[in-house]
Amino acid sequence: MTDHGEIDSVSGRTTTGHEWDGIKELNTPLPRWWLITFYLTIIWAIGYWIVYPAWPLISSNTTGLFGYSTRASLAVELANLEAARGEKMAALAAAPLADIEKDPALLALARAKGRVVFGDNCAPCHGSGAAGAKGFPNLNDDDWLWGGTLEQIMQTIQFGARSGHAKTHEGQMLAFGKDGVLKPDEIVTVANYVRSLSGLPTRQGFDAAKGEKIFTENCVACHGDGGKGNQEMGAPNLTDKIWLYGSDEATLIETISQGRSGVMPAWDGRLDPATLKAMAVYVHSLGGGK
Amino acid sequence: MNTAVNPNELTSDDDYGPLYASRKKVYPQSVSGTFRRIKWGLMAFCLGVYYFLPFVRWNRGLGAPNQAVLIDLPNSRFYFFFIELWPQEVYYFTGLLIVAAVALFLMNSIGGRLWCGYLCPQTVWTDLFYAVERLIEGDRRERMKKDKSSDPMKLERISEIVLKHSIWLLIAWWTGGAWVLYFNDAPTLVKQLITFQAPMIAYIWIGILTATTYVLAGYMREQVCTYMCPWPRIQAALTDEWALNVTYRYDRGEKRTSVKKAAELRALGEQVGDCVDCYQCVAVCPTGIDIRNGPQLECIQCGLCIDACDTVMKKIGRPTRLIAYDNDINIQRRQEGKPPIYRIVRPRTIIYSAMIAAVGGIMLYALLTRSLLDVNVLHDRNPVAVRLSDGSIRNAYTVRLLNKRGFDRVIAIDVDGPVNATVHVVGVDSVTPDRPMIVIGRDQTAELRLLVTAPAESNPEKSIPVHFHVTDIGLGEAASATDNFVAP
Ligand code: SF4
Ligand code: SF4
Repeated sequence: MTDHGEIDSVSGRTTTGHEWDGIKELNTPLPRWWLITFYLTIIWAIGYWIVYPAWPLISSNTTGLFGYSTRASLAVELANLEAARGEKMAALAAAPLADIEKDPALLALARAKGRVVFGDNCAPCHGSGAAGAKGFPNLNDDDWLWGGTLEQIMQTIQFGARSGHAKTHEGQMLAFGKDGVLKPDEIVTVANYVRSLSGLPTRQGFDAAKGEKIFTENCVACHGDGGKGNQEMGAPNLTDKIWLYGSDEATLIETISQGRSGVMPAWDGRLDPATLKAMAVYVHSLGGGK
Repeated sequence: MNTAVNPNELTSDDDYGPLYASRKKVYPQSVSGTFRRIKWGLMAFCLGVYYFLPFVRWNRGLGAPNQAVLIDLPNSRFYFFFIELWPQEVYYFTGLLIVAAVALFLMNSIGGRLWCGYLCPQTVWTDLFYAVERLIEGDRRERMKKDKSSDPMKLERISEIVLKHSIWLLIAWWTGGAWVLYFNDAPTLVKQLITFQAPMIAYIWIGILTATTYVLAGYMREQVCTYMCPWPRIQAALTDEWALNVTYRYDRGEKRTSVKKAAELRALGEQVGDCVDCYQCVAVCPTGIDIRNGPQLECIQCGLCIDACDTVMKKIGRPTRLIAYDNDINIQRRQEGKPPIYRIVRPRTIIYSAMIAAVGGIMLYALLTRSLLDVNVLHDRNPVAVRLSDGSIRNAYTVRLLNKRGFDRVIAIDVDGPVNATVHVVGVDSVTPDRPMIVIGRDQTAELRLLVTAPAESNPEKSIPVHFHVTDIGLGEAASATDNFVAP
């Protein structure tokens, strides 16, 4: 290589021959290996373009030499994961529902799996922590429309309520006002009566005897004597502290006038049996299970 | 002066210097002396520890790994003799790193690049590779001659080269091999490696480390220190005027000239220095520099030039340590006729030592008092509280128990919170009311869902603290955690 720079008097080194405002640039060449490494990285990058999907085309992209794609490799990894978990999930599928909670390993698996599936499928209505919302039951408490034992929870998840499934829970809160069964003042009276059942304050001057009479004639059939509820029909207990739609007078009047018929979809056929079990165990373990 | 730039100079393509500089190969000569002996000793110690430590056994009881030092990645455990660390205790490593960093600063303020010269793996392995090279190809002169030889393809020469590279590769391979032994039971892994049963990742790592050792210690050598390592740049900022560095004591006079000429000049009453310009210090230097030019970035301060020069000084009957661990302050003082002073104890070194002692002390205290039974509690966030049909309030917690002992234990959980609260652990039928008992496996964690229910009459107004006490009912060992009980 030719060397046209002069010798710098201070450092004794050659200069590159460049000079700006009287400052000359010393020639400090890079070590050869450094340069080779640099060129190799460039060659590597070109190889990378060829081997991997890299260049965008108009509606697709270059696919690379080996057809590698992150999407395909993700699919493979997911399949591997499923295979690795297969054994555990098979054990879950085989175990009788009642035994799962007794086996710490199965319980842990069911709860973990259940939590994820719950988040994907149930959270939109029941909330991510199953705390519920108006019209959507809180699954952490011990008030169950259709029963809170493990089997009952399983059944509700499988077949739903008013879901249209052949085995679904059926039961209706009738629209006493809309259908003309009760007159508006009767509805107000019975609403106050229902509030009194769970110890809530009632409207001044409300006729308890009349309320009871209306209740006995119209409501006892479903809600039972004293309003204790009936899980066969999904009729809530009216004496406890938990209200699905609200316990204030206006809400109660609305409920009695318009009726209620919330739908819980059936998950049977949409999720595999092991997953359904996991979900039932998860919901049961939230704390409200009987 | 401001000379105008000739535009042609900027555009013509023959005004550049060389694009790259090829390396000037260094041929360090063998040397003997104090620092060389220290370096041999430290090399034997460091390599001995590195190569053989995985084979040291440590009895931790049946079923537990019996390797003294083991990084058990699949089970996330780290074993170091009597210490077993869990993932949540990685802060010990943070502590260790802090101590290591400050120890580096301390070394630096006492003796400059002591780390570079004596302990850095790059130095140690390069030194070892040089020793092999010297053993097979001979010392400096011979190696230079062989490399220059116009007829390098003699059978003798080829066999020498093959032998050298084989031994290098063997050392490199053992270096990579020792590394993977820290991550698995060493004897088992050795057997697997020999029978090709070992996991692929082991072979990959051995391959990587064999390659890096071979290339870094066999070919890159001092270039790693000069071009790749950031430490030479950093340490310059950490050092101070009292730090002892390998220094040519120019106060011993100039000029440098041969023994004979020096004697003549002395006889004439002229000034001469002790240096006889024999270039021994340059010949032995593994980075190929001349320390007489003053402190240089390349100097790793290995002290070998001190040994070389001492040998010369003894031969010509002058005082030794013409090159020595010293500093400019003392050179100045001697020139002024004052005695040199060495100040190892100074604010800087005191602070560094104190920092090491403090961090080390904290780590030791934490280690000695750490509990082998642990409990962590996480309050359910959604919902934070649930009202039950009878008006009572329930809070749910995720309780994680950690059993760091090597045997199964029965743990009782007591909850001290709202009055008359009941406690239930999902999946556990308590024998004793309100005091669930859990069996937790050796060296394991258990995650429990724990429900605390306060009856309606003792409903807390807002939020009250709740304490979780866990007790090993066999050993009496206990741990506790505190959280809150919240009303909806
Ligand atoms: S100048 Fe001396 S101390 Fe520095 S690297 Fe060379 S031999 Fe070692
Ligand atoms: S070894 Fe000592 S005497 Fe020889 S050139 Fe170096 S400093 Fe001078």
